[in-house]
Amino acid sequence: MIVRFIDFFRDRLGTTIRACLALLALLVLWDALFVSKEHAHTFMERIPGFWAVFGFVACVLIIVVSKWYGHLGIMTREDYYDD
Amino acid sequence: MTDLWIHPSLILLVGAVILPMLPKALRKPFLVAVPVLAFADVLSMQGNFGVHGVTRFLDWTLTFGRVDALSMVFAYIMTLMCVIGTIYGLHVEEPAQHSAAWTYVAGSLGVIFCGDYLVLFLFWEIMAFSSVFLVWFRGRKESLASGYRYLLVHTAGGLLLLAGLVLRYQATGGDISFGPIGVASPQLYTWLILAGFILNAAVPPLHAWLPDAYGEATVTGSVFMCAFTTKTAVYALARGFAGMEILVPLGVCMALYGVVYAVLENDSRRLLAYHIISQVGYMVAGVGIGTELAINGACAHAFAHILYKGLLFMGCGAVLHMTGKSKFTELGGLYKRMPRTFVYTLIGGLSISAFPLFSGFVSKAMIVAAGFEVHNYWAAFLLTLASAGTFLHTGLKVPYFIWFGKNNCSEETWKRASDPPMNMQVGMILASILCIFIGCYTPYLYKMLPFPQVAQAYEPYTAYHLSETLQILLFTALGFFLLLKKLTPEPKISLDLDWFYRMGGRAFYWFARKPVQTADDAVSEAWDRQGVVPLMKTARYWSWFDWHAIDGVVDGIARTVREYGEALRTFQSGRLQLNIIAMLALVALALALLAAA
Repeated sequence: MIVRFIDFFRDRLGTTIRACLALLALLVLWDALFVSKEHAHTFMERIPGFWAVFGFVACVLIIVVSKWYGHLGIMTREDYYDD
Repeated sequence: MTDLWIHPSLILLVGAVILPMLPKALRKPFLVAVPVLAFADVLSMQGNFGVHGVTRFLDWTLTFGRVDALSMVFAYIMTLMCVIGTIYGLHVEEPAQHSAAWTYVAGSLGVIFCGDYLVLFLFWEIMAFSSVFLVWFRGRKESLASGYRYLLVHTAGGLLLLAGLVLRYQATGGDISFGPIGVASPQLYTWLILAGFILNAAVPPLHAWLPDAYGEATVTGSVFMCAFTTKTAVYALARGFAGMEILVPLGVCMALYGVVYAVLENDSRRLLAYHIISQVGYMVAGVGIGTELAINGACAHAFAHILYKGLLFMGCGAVLHMTGKSKFTELGGLYKRMPRTFVYTLIGGLSISAFPLFSGFVSKAMIVAAGFEVHNYWAAFLLTLASAGTFLHTGLKVPYFIWFGKNNCSEETWKRASDPPMNMQVGMILASILCIFIGCYTPYLYKMLPFPQVAQAYEPYTAYHLSETLQILLFTALGFFLLLKKLTPEPKISLDLDWFYRMGGRAFYWFARKPVQTADDAVSEAWDRQGVVPLMKTARYWSWFDWHAIDGVVDGIARTVREYGEALRTFQSGRLQLNIIAMLALVALALALLAAA
């Protein structure tokens, strides 16, 4: 059952991706139009879609910074500690 | 207050001793019964707060059972996790593994309920000593070494704690009670005790033991380990160090540190271990913020964390158990072979990422909200940033690279892969249900927290918070899929601060082997050449002296005595009458001489 469910989406990968992107757009739209921002703590949070940008930038930042750090020499061969 | 109070640790310890002696047929029911009994024991204490198990020992009054809201919430989830973990490990035939796990849980519960530092220390060490077996039982060469490192690090942490206790005992004139330590005016002993606690909480730079040991532990062992050591430390911090400001930056660093290493990690269980550091970072920061909401958040997050992290370790453990592999570069595309395990692990991943309707959403948000409330914006924003990282790894990277992505499985791995035995699945199902239940029905968890009024006034399901979380998570997912190529796992390990003690140990060996051994050899050589020869000469001289001088004197005396003896012998014929005549003659001669004089 689970496998068939997953295969259903995998077979229609293009449509699935487009649906997901539409969902993201709807989310930002909902945030901009309907979500009350009275309780926001800082001015930035009142910008519609602020957290969407935050999430995306955070993700990119984490990946880029981590990989940069790892390739400074932190990542090494697997038998590094073997004698 | 009831008259009879039974320490749940006692139930587990007695169970751990009896288990290996039981006939095989009785073991499985016994394995379920003991943790269930311990859980029931904790349940019976609910609403029955007070101090129990007070004993006098030498000059001290020891308290084994302080039952209050803070200890109860931890005891509740820990005994519950013990039930789930034991069910998950029911297929393990070695009774010693279960005994070690129960002793370990008993150690945690002992710390949770203790009222003084002496009992705390006792159970603290029981925890370290029993959990190391969960690493050793894996039986690999690496796990043996890893276990020793784990033990050494924890012994060092225990010694810091002990030093702190002794200094505090002296400074306070014999106070051993365990409570708020007075974070406003920290002394040397405050720092030492704090160091002991944060070592167990895996706060960098004292954290490297965690991924090292948890990645090497047995499949069931790491399910236990991920729940107890760090969360017991969070409890101890919440009890003693609430409001200690240094913990906020430390916690934030932890939250980010774990995320960075998780990007680099290739072993799924080590990735999860790094994520423990990240998640415990939230709790440590919560304790540091120290408001009622923040302490509630720390406890709630510990509660939720024990379940979802256990679930994640169960999921990746099941993959390891079935395929023998835990590295992303040796797995992939398994959704057809292990679909159920995928679903359970995904539930764990969504919970840890604080997805709405899952447990992390209702617990993590409390800590972040507490950060915003005290206007500690940088901490709150950085913790939110870390939560994007959490979803990136545990919600996306782990499921994607094991169940989808490029299929790196060898033919053998692929053939072996299938959903694990029923008992393992039951463990995962129980944890999954609880993760969703906590996320959907908040009063269940919120009522148990140390400040229930504050908790019940807190509402995580606001439109704003929902919108915020969904935007962060879904746009993180977008970033993940756009940068998927960059995230492809590499068959590498990442150096961490354990480098210092691993290489430090090696430097010590080198020092012992090279300079010390060389010096030792040189001294022996010199002794052979310069020391022994004169000694032999001296010995020969003394031998000559002995022979000629000492023996000459002694023998000379002996010879003289013998000669006189010979001479004297001629006087003695042995006849009585001759002796009498000689005597009389002597007496007459003497008298004559006297008369003449």
